[in-house]
Amino acid sequence: MPWRLEYDSSRIRTPWWTPIVSVALALVLCAIFIYANGMSPVTVYSKMFKGAFGTSYGITETLVKAIPLLLCGLGIAVAYRISVWNIGAEGQLTVGAMAATAVTVYFPNLPGFWSILLMLIFGVAAGAFWGLLTAIPKTHFGVNELITSLMLNYVALLALDYVVFGPWKDPNGFNMPGSPVFTDAQSLPVLGGTRLHIGLIFALVAVVIYYLMIRFTRWGYELRLIGANPTAARYAGIHIKRHIIIVMLISGGLAGLAGMAEVSGVSHKLMQGISPGYGYTAIIVAWLAKLNPLGLVVTSVLFGGLIVGGFSVQTIGLPSSISEMLQGAILFFLIAGDMVTRFRIRRGA
Amino acid sequence: MDFVTQLLIAAITAGTPLLLATLGGILNERAGIIQLGSEGLMLMGAVTTCIVFIRTENLGVALLASVGVTAVLGLVHSFLCITLRANQTMAGLAMTLFGSGFSAYLGKSISGNPLPGILPRLQLDFLKPVPVIGDIFGNLDVLTWLSFVLVIVLHLLIHRTSWGLHLRAVGDSPATADVMGVHVRLIRYGYVTVGAMLIGLAGADMVLTVAPTWNEGLTAGRGWIAVGLVIFARWNPVRALLCAYFFGVLDSLGFRMQLLGSAIPPYFLKMIPYVVTILVLMYLGYRNRNKPSGTPESLGVPYIREQRF
Repeated sequence: MPWRLEYDSSRIRTPWWTPIVSVALALVLCAIFIYANGMSPVTVYSKMFKGAFGTSYGITETLVKAIPLLLCGLGIAVAYRISVWNIGAEGQLTVGAMAATAVTVYFPNLPGFWSILLMLIFGVAAGAFWGLLTAIPKTHFGVNELITSLMLNYVALLALDYVVFGPWKDPNGFNMPGSPVFTDAQSLPVLGGTRLHIGLIFALVAVVIYYLMIRFTRWGYELRLIGANPTAARYAGIHIKRHIIIVMLISGGLAGLAGMAEVSGVSHKLMQGISPGYGYTAIIVAWLAKLNPLGLVVTSVLFGGLIVGGFSVQTIGLPSSISEMLQGAILFFLIAGDMVTRFRIRRGA
Repeated sequence: MDFVTQLLIAAITAGTPLLLATLGGILNERAGIIQLGSEGLMLMGAVTTCIVFIRTENLGVALLASVGVTAVLGLVHSFLCITLRANQTMAGLAMTLFGSGFSAYLGKSISGNPLPGILPRLQLDFLKPVPVIGDIFGNLDVLTWLSFVLVIVLHLLIHRTSWGLHLRAVGDSPATADVMGVHVRLIRYGYVTVGAMLIGLAGADMVLTVAPTWNEGLTAGRGWIAVGLVIFARWNPVRALLCAYFFGVLDSLGFRMQLLGSAIPPYFLKMIPYVVTILVLMYLGYRNRNKPSGTPESLGVPYIREQRF
């Protein structure tokens, strides 16, 4: 063979353009499926793009969707730094939303500031607790966190069904499953006339804190060390189990915050389907951003747009799951791209 | 029929897709490749079966199509994990995310439509007079019988043949296998693809038994339970049978208790399989903390011929 592919294990850093190429290739692949299904990919994609970024309403809706993606993505990124594969953000978000709603159900007459503060604390604590339920089996029993965190997603969604159909069901809700609508004191402030709420500030503050913590603190340094070489980190006396528990508490807490912001800022009540799979989309958001804080902001807005665009193609008779399909394809090309760039074409046998 | 017999039949009905998916997972992981895409593969197998079955009204063609589609996906997974040496965790996750999105997209037009039939059952009339056995085995569907055959075949293949020796060598020590002259990559490609086909068949089985119709996300985490079952079964097909039926019982228990008028809300009954999965994995982790778990030793480690360890 005159030419062969050679694997170069020294190339650990992937080029900056792989995420862009991955997105482009995923668009091409899905275009083929759309075309095979008898639709014009150009029409579908332009419809999606216009729906997400073409109008001021579209843009604020995209940002509304970007908030939970950014918060969950950030949590996932913290865990992935040390190879803890949390895929439980969906469940952690759900229990966060439930805990925040519990405050409105059991303390209905608190003044605005205290109500919101208590909802925040409850939401974050519940998400963190759900994260802990994944961390403890991993650190103390050696159970793969992927299975645990995913099983807990189903448990959380069933618990959500239970409360919205059962004890928390709105007596004035025409028999629809869902909690009573929140009062103004229980709702996050919104930007005048839009659905964009103050959760955006929470998310951006969290991004800055994440950057500063990773970059400038001893804790961040230890995380980077574990991520680079766990064996060396263990010999250096870093308590890896403790770090796993801490990152899962943070990861779950941020997802719980996202859940609180969703019920208090967007839906104003607890109901089924409060998350159209934010927790799963956030996995791709984090991976596409290469766990980089600024990248997370960009990718969460992009994927927020993908979700909004997915909804907007429903008007031309396509299912919104087209955006999920695109997300999966993007992840495929992304992990392939990370590796392809490590190969080099060499001459000779 | 008494309660125990009914429970056993329910265990087999609910356990067969879990068993097929677990056997597929075992083949993948015995060859050293982690398969976390089971949920997505099952969904793709299920949706393909439904679409082709509704269009052609031919069950055989539908099953072939579903196995064919998952074989292609298995090849994609092999290419990512074996040739490109990608992160196997991420590759599996991508398979699950793509599978759930793509199956929802494909299945939208037939969602809720009833299928033209269910799996044919083998009526074994000569077994009918035998008490419990006759009730259970006299009227099972063909995929369940196939799963029994597969358990025996895979058990013999893995533990009694030279092919199985090669498979185990490739999963435990690919470098040694390579030196022995075993074609590591070819074997891995083969078992990952066949494993994916079995997982696809598990999805087909799910839609063709109890409620023969497509609904978005109808596997509801069964694929992930199968990922856990591979570990409970310690990568052993015979144990896989027992574990899958144990979970089959748990799966149908909630439904049965509801029918019997249990006071526990159905949501909590439905949580049982998920919670038990976590608890059993914790128990196994605790019991095996100082013992070898039976994990193929090179599971998840890409093999690079030139690299020394």
